[in-house]
Amino acid sequence: MRVMVLIKATEQSEAGEMPSQELLEQMTDFNEDLVRAGVMLAGDGLHPSSKGVRVEFSGRERKVIDGPFAETKELLAGYWLWQVKSLDEAIEWTKRIPNPTGEHGVVEIRPVFEADDFGEEFTPELREREAQLRAQAETSA
Amino acid sequence: MKRTIEAVWRIESVRLIAGIAHLTRDVGLAEDLAQEALVAALEQWPESGVPENPGAWLMATAKHRAIDRLRRAEVHQRKTEELARDAELRSPPGDEELAAAADDPFDDDLLRLIFTACHPVLSTDARVALTLRLLCGLTTREIAPAYLTTESAVAQRIVRAKRTLSATCVPFAVPEHRELHERLASVLEVIYLIFNEGYSASAGERPIRPELMEEALRLGRILAELLPREAEVHGLVALMELQASRTRARSSPSGDQVLLLDQDRSRWDWLLVGRGLAALERAYATGGAVGPYTLQAGIAACHARARTAEDTDWERLVAIYDGLAQLMPSPVVELNRAVAVGMAHSPHAALEIVNRLREEPALDSYHLLPSVRGDLLDKLGRFDEARAEFERAALLTANSRQQAALLERAAACAARR
Repeated sequence: MRVMVLIKATEQSEAGEMPSQELLEQMTDFNEDLVRAGVMLAGDGLHPSSKGVRVEFSGRERKVIDGPFAETKELLAGYWLWQVKSLDEAIEWTKRIPNPTGEHGVVEIRPVFEADDFGEEFTPELREREAQLRAQAETSA
Repeated sequence: MKRTIEAVWRIESVRLIAGIAHLTRDVGLAEDLAQEALVAALEQWPESGVPENPGAWLMATAKHRAIDRLRRAEVHQRKTEELARDAELRSPPGDEELAAAADDPFDDDLLRLIFTACHPVLSTDARVALTLRLLCGLTTREIAPAYLTTESAVAQRIVRAKRTLSATCVPFAVPEHRELHERLASVLEVIYLIFNEGYSASAGERPIRPELMEEALRLGRILAELLPREAEVHGLVALMELQASRTRARSSPSGDQVLLLDQDRSRWDWLLVGRGLAALERAYATGGAVGPYTLQAGIAACHARARTAEDTDWERLVAIYDGLAQLMPSPVVELNRAVAVGMAHSPHAALEIVNRLREEPALDSYHLLPSVRGDLLDKLGRFDEARAEFERAALLTANSRQQAALLERAAACAARR
């Protein structure tokens, strides 16, 4: 299964404080562990919300709102996309995220929808396509 | 708690087995000892809580047992001392020791473990079972259903494989230069077999076993980190990532296979496509010899780069198939090459290739041969012959939707004559 691991913002991250040398080194090691374990699919850090924008939808209207945004605890500072066997495995990896200063932080793990999660109804157009199935020898499809 | 321990096991088991095998030089024994450490964790952690560094705890516990075992077996005194020094163990394990256990450089041991589990002295089935057990940390209960067999049959297979390894004195080592490529081929074969077991549709079964695909991909990605200079390792990873990217698009809601050119490309997994193309770049960047996995990945990449089936670069595909046909001649490769030739050049040229294949016993009951031939004849306006071929193909396929589509084409040919 795939999980998205969401690192919630802190006052420091929202203030644009760069992580300490120590944290950077430990994070690099941790990321390397993830890659070497075949777990890491993608991941990045995000600029503080002061550099971001929101686009608000309401009926036909689209309103663009510049950052920063107030509710720090609900904001994101970074994410990973991991390939794991179970949510428990993701929890174990998450517990290992370095936190040298011991400051309070929250990381949220959210399973990504898989093909199986969509029912039979997902692609009626595929039935249509199949009716036109042509005989191409792409056996390795 | 049990689930937490299972998750820790998932993350640590390979490390653990590789580290212990470093001491025992016997992967079978190493796995037994790792399992004993797991049992100890299951007994102790529910009361003591999960240790701060669970991996190091398991390693220290397993190493203790390794030394006990070797002592009890009255192994040569010198060797025991050597091992004890090696493991720097005093009991009970202190913090320092735990830290040392955690920092053990284990890449070489992991590579040794991989090469041992995939040793050619073992049958293919044995290699696959041992790989799933030792390198993926799967239980016999998890392995059995994937291979439509019983738990005890899998357990037997693993026991026999371990016995073969120690009986034939397979060294716990990474093969040297000359032997490396041959042995690496065996490792890649096992990984790709596991992947295909997960990927290919087998009749009556759930067509895709995503767990096995994911295990194979994970192993491939790990191996690419360990052997970054081996082109074929990256080639295999690229091939698997690209094939896996099509999982969602390759079967219809009713479970029938959808051929590549008919797939809805918006349903491909573009993250995996990107990863696959990047892995292929890495394969070429090594400058090493281009092998069959890299070439097959090149073919998959050609399709992945085309936004629509019509955009496919068939000329390039012909070139890659030419290379593959030289390196790995097979009737199926030849048939695929014919399709590419038909699209890139002319149905005439393709028909010549296909006609040569009609003598191939391997393709005797392969529905794609008459199906491709029918398509080419249809394009050449030879509708009677085309119809006969589509009808023959329809008889040969078990897939009811394909059958219906082929009969439809046969009817269309009959109408056009």
